[in-house]
Amino acid sequence: MGEPAEINEIKDKGLEIGAERLTEDKIEKTINSVLKGETGARLKAYVDTCIHCGLCSEACHYYLSRDNDPHFSPVGKVKQTIWEMLKKKGKVSPEFIKKASEIASTECNLCRRCAMYCPFGIDIAYMMLIVRRICHMLGVTPLYIQDTAHSHSVTMNQMWVKGDEWPDTLQWQEEEAQAEIPTLRIPLEKEGADVMYSVIGPEPKFQAQLIYQAAVIMNVAGIDWTMPASSGWDNSDMAMYTGDNEIMGRVKRAHFETAARLKVKKIVMGECGHAFRSVYDVGNRWLGWRIPPVEVVHAIEFYHDILKEGRIKISKKFETPVTLHDPCNIVRGRGLHEMSRYVTREMCEELIEMHPNREHNYCCCAGGGVINCGPPYKNKRIMSNRVKAEQLFAAKAKGAKVLIAPCHNCHSGLEDINHHYGLGLEIKFLMDILYEVMDKPE
Amino acid sequence: MIDIKEWDWETPEKKIVLSDWTEKFRWVEEPSVSPDGEKIAAIVKLDEGEFNVCVNGQTWENPFEKIWYLRFSPDGRLTAIVSEMGEWTLAVDGIPWEEKFAYIWNTLFSPDGKNIAVAVQNDMQYCMALNGIPWEETYANMTHFALGPDGTKTAASVQVEKTSEGEIHKFQEGTFTAALDGKAWDTRFVNVWNMAISPDGTKLAAEVRLNLYDYTIAVNGEAWKNTFGCVWEPVFNPQNNAVVAPVRVAGKWSLAEDGNIIWDRAFFQLWHQMFSPDGKRLVAIVAPKFGEWTIAVDGKPWRRTFDEFVTDVVFSPDGNRIAALAKEKGKWKITVNGSVWTNTFDMTWKPVFSPDGKNVAAKVDRNGKYTIIMNDRLWRQECDELWDPVFSPDGQKVLVRTIEDGTYCRRIIPTAELTG
Repeated sequence: MGEPAEINEIKDKGLEIGAERLTEDKIEKTINSVLKGETGARLKAYVDTCIHCGLCSEACHYYLSRDNDPHFSPVGKVKQTIWEMLKKKGKVSPEFIKKASEIASTECNLCRRCAMYCPFGIDIAYMMLIVRRICHMLGVTPLYIQDTAHSHSVTMNQMWVKGDEWPDTLQWQEEEAQAEIPTLRIPLEKEGADVMYSVIGPEPKFQAQLIYQAAVIMNVAGIDWTMPASSGWDNSDMAMYTGDNEIMGRVKRAHFETAARLKVKKIVMGECGHAFRSVYDVGNRWLGWRIPPVEVVHAIEFYHDILKEGRIKISKKFETPVTLHDPCNIVRGRGLHEMSRYVTREMCEELIEMHPNREHNYCCCAGGGVINCGPPYKNKRIMSNRVKAEQLFAAKAKGAKVLIAPCHNCHSGLEDINHHYGLGLEIKFLMDILYEVMDKPE
Repeated sequence: MIDIKEWDWETPEKKIVLSDWTEKFRWVEEPSVSPDGEKIAAIVKLDEGEFNVCVNGQTWENPFEKIWYLRFSPDGRLTAIVSEMGEWTLAVDGIPWEEKFAYIWNTLFSPDGKNIAVAVQNDMQYCMALNGIPWEETYANMTHFALGPDGTKTAASVQVEKTSEGEIHKFQEGTFTAALDGKAWDTRFVNVWNMAISPDGTKLAAEVRLNLYDYTIAVNGEAWKNTFGCVWEPVFNPQNNAVVAPVRVAGKWSLAEDGNIIWDRAFFQLWHQMFSPDGKRLVAIVAPKFGEWTIAVDGKPWRRTFDEFVTDVVFSPDGNRIAALAKEKGKWKITVNGSVWTNTFDMTWKPVFSPDGKNVAAKVDRNGKYTIIMNDRLWRQECDELWDPVFSPDGQKVLVRTIEDGTYCRRIIPTAELTG
């Protein structure tokens, strides 16, 4: 375990410059401050309970894809990071912190598959988040995701979308959609609507058609809905993944207080996994909300409900055979896997399961902020998910031609895997298919 | 000036039929109602790219290409953000401001309604405009807009050093500050967020981040000497112009005045602090423990807590009573001085006190129908739409504004009828 896992060292100014500015004294003080002030019985229980059995290894797509290299096993990542910090009582070098940041931020998707394989249910993702937290406090975070966290801090959204660009985009999408449905509206700032629809930053920036499609679905389903014209519209949260808990809390507070200001009964969010984790589990709890103060409904659950209630009718099922990816944050994190299958079967002629699936599914290797660490780590990310490619090849061999990925990060990460390994699958969101097959007014 | 004594408190009922609006126009958007209840208005679509505002059945003289954010100002003027020839401005009672902009949004009103501010974008530069007059200075980015208590001053967080995406270390050196009436502070911060303008207009206080992890409050550009793990939005103490803000120390929240902790206990969460009308009492929404929410008065939390949410806190005019909304096990409730009403709702709106503070009323939603509750007693009428109730100056009557079966109805109801 003494040698670095990566032979070709990746250059990242976020790590390089951050580490250059460190002193060993600052490192020691910061590590001990975080360990003493921000962790407690949970970390101690995990550290004291682990019997070093290594059963977590077989759960990890990095380990499996890297020919069982122990550096990439979950316990190996713990050993190279937090254990060392604990053992040395914080007396580690800037070079160590740089490597620890790279491991915690780019070699673990926080997917929590390993927790299911650990005989004690030790949550290694939690320990990787502690490492990220320490590295954040030391200013040693990969550049691309740090920039995204800065965007959150200024704009409360992920993509530096400015205050005017957001309502302007919604108005543009409303006009576009009116060419298809002349009476369609995207009601802005409608106080007292039943639903606030929230999305992630990339939607207005690069994927505005998803807002268009959502508007069509909302209008056809007869939902009393609104979108805010203010900040607080973005449900995503990369600050959660850089360990910048204060910005995470600020972003989540803006989201929930926007919903509360609009007096909506629930928030329906688009197909994003990490955003759901931040809204439903992590960000709300950092603020003191045991459960979200405004009910949060993920898109899968929303589609499930409107199909089950007959609010949306399917005019003709999608004929191309599909396979379905289970995003970690909404399957292991929320148990929406049967609902996603219901939605898929309602819309599609044939669902070909990939294996393993449901809560045992392999991660896309993009989540947990890994894809947000940017181009420097792209090859590493792709090489670290060969098992996903093999899983998808097997589904393709059974006839699947379309891969449904109901999560933004999964979608992007699987596109990279699809391209690199030459899978030849077409990747879609559930919403893409729903919009295509639903009954729309003439 | 708003003088509610001048409102019609005698006519029991006035009605405006709305159902013919939908026949007359291609569509009718959600209506707004004037504070005195005499006007009901909605954005209406006349034709492709042609919108207007219909007020009591009459449209404004000129249509616009696009209209959004229709709101009555507190003094009863009707405003909307309008677009003509690809330019945007604010129309007040149908008359657009002379100044036109590439985009405007976030309309703000002073409490008396005399002053109206908006956020402006021109040539991808940002500023505020007050009553149509933009700041002389513009900035590369602008967030967190504020209008002073008397409505004569505007402020915002502004970016004064340009950064390209990915320049994280330049960003961390500080590229933002706050601007009051367009004049930026000299000091740079990593972040500047929510801000408050003092009642006398001489001070601007804002939440700031000094580096990746040190937070504090800056007043007129000068940071408090103490730093904290996090801070929330400041308010001014009306008695002495001091600045009070929630601060996080060792993972717990308390209140600080001018940088010094003033409450003797800390909370899992603390925000939305506010002074009583006489400035003598200070309350905040707090979580004494994780997942337990209530209100603390001068640092002492109510015994009764709620598991989901507490919001919309309001003082009675004499400052002796406090009402708020609370959510518990999925249902909304109203709490007054820590006692909880028995009725529960799908949604509740901010409570309203009578001038003498004895009666509390609120708009509520139950099963998709709206009504009014006063002192835990429900009004008999269920409505399709309803606006916040307004007490008459003597507290003997209540103005109730509703839509029922396609008709807008302005009613004056004796308070005794609602209290039973």
